[in-house]
Amino acid sequence: METYETYLNKVHKWGRIWNLSVAAILIAFPFVVALIFHVKPDGHGLILGLLSTAPVYWAVGFVETFTYIPMLGAGGSYLSFVTGNISNLKLPCALNSLEQAEVKANSDEGEVISTISIAVSSITTTIIIFLGVLLIRPLTPILQKEALAPAFENLVPALFGGLAVVFISRSWKIAVAPAIVMLILFIFIPALNAHTVGVVVPFSVLFTLGVSRLMYKKGLLD
Amino acid sequence: MEFNVNHPILFILVGIVIFIVLIQSIFFLVKSWKRGKEIGMDASKLKKIARTAIIFTIAPAIAIVISVITLAKDLGVALPWMRLSVVGSLSYETIAATNAESAMGLTFGSGTALNASQYVTITLVMTISILVGIWLVPLICKRLQNGMIKQEKRDKKWSAIFSDSMFVGMISAFLGYVFCDVADIAKGSTKGLIPVCVLFVAAAVMGIIGLLVKKAKIRGLADYALPISLIFGMASGIPITAWLG
Repeated sequence: METYETYLNKVHKWGRIWNLSVAAILIAFPFVVALIFHVKPDGHGLILGLLSTAPVYWAVGFVETFTYIPMLGAGGSYLSFVTGNISNLKLPCALNSLEQAEVKANSDEGEVISTISIAVSSITTTIIIFLGVLLIRPLTPILQKEALAPAFENLVPALFGGLAVVFISRSWKIAVAPAIVMLILFIFIPALNAHTVGVVVPFSVLFTLGVSRLMYKKGLLD
Repeated sequence: MEFNVNHPILFILVGIVIFIVLIQSIFFLVKSWKRGKEIGMDASKLKKIARTAIIFTIAPAIAIVISVITLAKDLGVALPWMRLSVVGSLSYETIAATNAESAMGLTFGSGTALNASQYVTITLVMTISILVGIWLVPLICKRLQNGMIKQEKRDKKWSAIFSDSMFVGMISAFLGYVFCDVADIAKGSTKGLIPVCVLFVAAAVMGIIGLLVKKAKIRGLADYALPISLIFGMASGIPITAWLG
């Protein structure tokens, strides 16, 4: 049997090939469309659009990558960043499976569990979206019913309500300080909202790590 | 060839991209499944992980379909289908599309018929903006992972606390976000309490399931605790919105 390290090296090799290939394919898509329809992008619109979107997305993407990799494991990271919807789907899905198995993502078993969870979740999502696209005409009036809207608008609170009970009850000593600080920040700073929560996650993680390290050094987590 | 946002050729191109990424998911699934067996995990455990992931994914995936429908009004069906199956996320896509459209003097949500040049420009803006994760992971993943493994060998206890702290840090940020509109009570609006109430319902359901698993020994419930609390929480959003909205 190959060692954990040897297996991980293979995962990194596969992941690099897949992710860089998918990145190339995604970049190629608009150029292929331009070629087929014999058009050029609107240079002015492209520069303005990138200026208003890219700097924030790049900054968020950069810190998100550093934050999520240790939580997702190797295979889970390569797959999650290609398939997207990380914080609202892939990461909670992997966390749930890891929690039930009582292992960490950065262990031999954790690596397997995290990758299977994320791969199965990605395949399921792809199938459901495909069915949604196929049945878009009959589904649109049903899924856009006003009566149903509040259920889907509250996906994130419903998801994190359940996750909070599991993780905060298990690590309540670690959770007190970041939970209080985040509540105060989000309640009193109007700029913090659904659009900016992605930027706040890495800072919250760093703050929690700092507090935990301090408590650990002082023997408060024994 | 005359362009429209729902041109069949766009569906073919998008279908190819989604199929390739689907193959990547299957590739990693097969490899990790084999590895699981190799390290002695039995097939029933692996199947349980897959089953839990499928059940958990259904509700969030339906929410993603709703986003596809919303984005389709401006961008057609093909592009949102690709973006939300590959690389994109619920929260980012609308903002990127809005910025790209307004850069060309268009208004997102107006349903204006895009020409091919506008479509290509919007797609380029959305793609270039969101690609960071895909190319950055191959550059840093190995180094970060090796650091985590070294840390585990050096101090096992701190390594466990480190992992827990990362999860708690992420969850704390989202907890804060749920409370972001609570201050609107001062202005007389109780809308901001809706997500807070939903959060408490989901948390209560999770707590009850925990008790049932521990006290009543219904162990099978533990596997489905998160999807059940998610569905109850989301469903509670309907009466709570009618009450507070």
